[in-house]
Amino acid sequence: MNKNALTLFLTIVLTGAAQAETVFVTLEKDNALAVVDPIDGKLIKTVEIGRRPRGIAISPDNKFLYIATSDDNTIRIIDADTLKETGKLPSGEDPETFALNPAGDRLYVSNEDDSQVTVIDIAHKKAVKQIKVGVEPEGITVSPDNLWVASASETTNMVHWIDTKTNAIVENTLVDPRPRALGFTADSQQLWVTSEMAGTLMILDVKTKQIVKTIKFDVQGVTADKIQPVGVVIDKDRKRGYVALGPANRVAVINAQTFEVEKYLLVGQRVWNLAFSPDQKRLYSTNGTSNDISLIDLDAQTVTKSVGVGTYPWGVAVKP
Amino acid sequence: MTNLPGEDLPLPEGRRAGKPFVSMLHYWRAMWGIIWRELWRFVTQRERFISALVRPLVWLFVFAAGFRAALGLAITPPYETYILYDVYITPGLIGMIQLFNGMQSSLSMVYDREMGSMRILMVCPLPRWFLLLSKLLAGTGVSVLQAYVFLAIAWFYDIQAPWQGYLWILPALLLSGLMLGALGLLLSSFIKQLENFAGVMNFVIFPMFFMSTALYPLWKIKESSALLYHLAHYNPFSQAVELIRFALYGQFNSYAFTYTLLAFSVFMTAAIIGYNPSKGMMMRKGGA
Repeated sequence: MNKNALTLFLTIVLTGAAQAETVFVTLEKDNALAVVDPIDGKLIKTVEIGRRPRGIAISPDNKFLYIATSDDNTIRIIDADTLKETGKLPSGEDPETFALNPAGDRLYVSNEDDSQVTVIDIAHKKAVKQIKVGVEPEGITVSPDNLWVASASETTNMVHWIDTKTNAIVENTLVDPRPRALGFTADSQQLWVTSEMAGTLMILDVKTKQIVKTIKFDVQGVTADKIQPVGVVIDKDRKRGYVALGPANRVAVINAQTFEVEKYLLVGQRVWNLAFSPDQKRLYSTNGTSNDISLIDLDAQTVTKSVGVGTYPWGVAVKP
Repeated sequence: MTNLPGEDLPLPEGRRAGKPFVSMLHYWRAMWGIIWRELWRFVTQRERFISALVRPLVWLFVFAAGFRAALGLAITPPYETYILYDVYITPGLIGMIQLFNGMQSSLSMVYDREMGSMRILMVCPLPRWFLLLSKLLAGTGVSVLQAYVFLAIAWFYDIQAPWQGYLWILPALLLSGLMLGALGLLLSSFIKQLENFAGVMNFVIFPMFFMSTALYPLWKIKESSALLYHLAHYNPFSQAVELIRFALYGQFNSYAFTYTLLAFSVFMTAAIIGYNPSKGMMMRKGGA
């Protein structure tokens, strides 16, 4: 009986430990970082981080957070446990979004005002290359096989394919107006790109670099002008992808095999960016103007809770 | 009430003499007789069943669709995230079912009185309060049945609560049903003729429903009028709706529970007095 009780206790403790994770959210207007326990659905604390923090990523070993503080023109390196700053990276002017490569040694930053992508060597904390891209580069991502960096230019309406070996653009793909965010599938075969102005999601084939499917979003009762797709993530099994629809206050659930929109999940206002939990059982969305994040149960495909975090939540990263 | 097992009971004089001759079995059989009669009425009157459901469904599918608030409502307990208006209005419409059912029961009491069948009920050798409570339970049972059918339809309309909520809502529905039914009983003790029921519609049902949290949350009502806010807050129907709303999401609202329980006690006591031939409205109206 005692043995059973001990086993049960350990199971609960270990399961609980496995589920425990921390969600970090950058607060653009509060100049701060919010730390949230998503299991309890509670804001743990908020720490000051620098001026206008937006893009955020966590290192593959989960030890460091990289946070773009746009008005400080830098990317800060923060210890993910102590939340103390350990260094800075030379990001160039007004860094907003950036992408970390799978090895965690290179960081690619979109410099919107300079129409370029800066490649940073993290170990040496220095910029190794600046690549000219289209006007107002915004979304940027690295393929899981580390072969490609895809950068989207908002005004040129292009996706630029940068070879990671040469750090040079090898091809450009014209896409729908104002492409905002991009995401590779885990097998690096597809690139999903959102178009804020057209209200669409485009699926690009990595081999051909061409659009193979365009999905138009249509939310019942919401006018088309409010449907502005932004953040996009795809699960590792390529079963479903999720797109944040901005002022439509919805996250679209897309079948990644049939490319049909299965559901629209109601979240907070002006949903911006998305991040999975490590086990991909939950999804977290930052809701820009309602000052909260929504917690989505992906098994039940329902929004379970929205947690107030601070003013203008922008980026989100999850530490196991 | 002719199928009630009254024949094999001792004569009513026994009750007047205060002899404790009526066993628990008699109570049970009388209560079952009353409930069975009400359920039988409900089942056989198919149009009543359908019309009881059509009303809230029209509100859900038509009214709530127009006010859909497609971009979501602000978060208020018991909700933990953003909801659409049709999700908000659902507990209010369950309250509406019970409100109308409570009034329908009162209508049937007036009808029974006019037809003379109430006289048979009232001469039954059991305490009057017990007969009224049985009548109330019968009506509440019917309203709970209606509420669950409504929730099932709403479920297919994508208005889904956690599964535990469908269990927790049962005690909440019983209490709210009893409270609204007791109000109906009290009103029926005042109404002399069936024709007067229109007054109940205008002066009780509509104000109770519209001046409540069934359609809009209290904070929203407060934005428009402080007076309306106070009326809605102290409206027993609001508290019944909130009790249902919280229970549907597996939460217990102690304030709403206490308020509803108190309102039930007051209405029931008043109804029992109202139906007392020597004290209440029956005497003023010249008996049942």
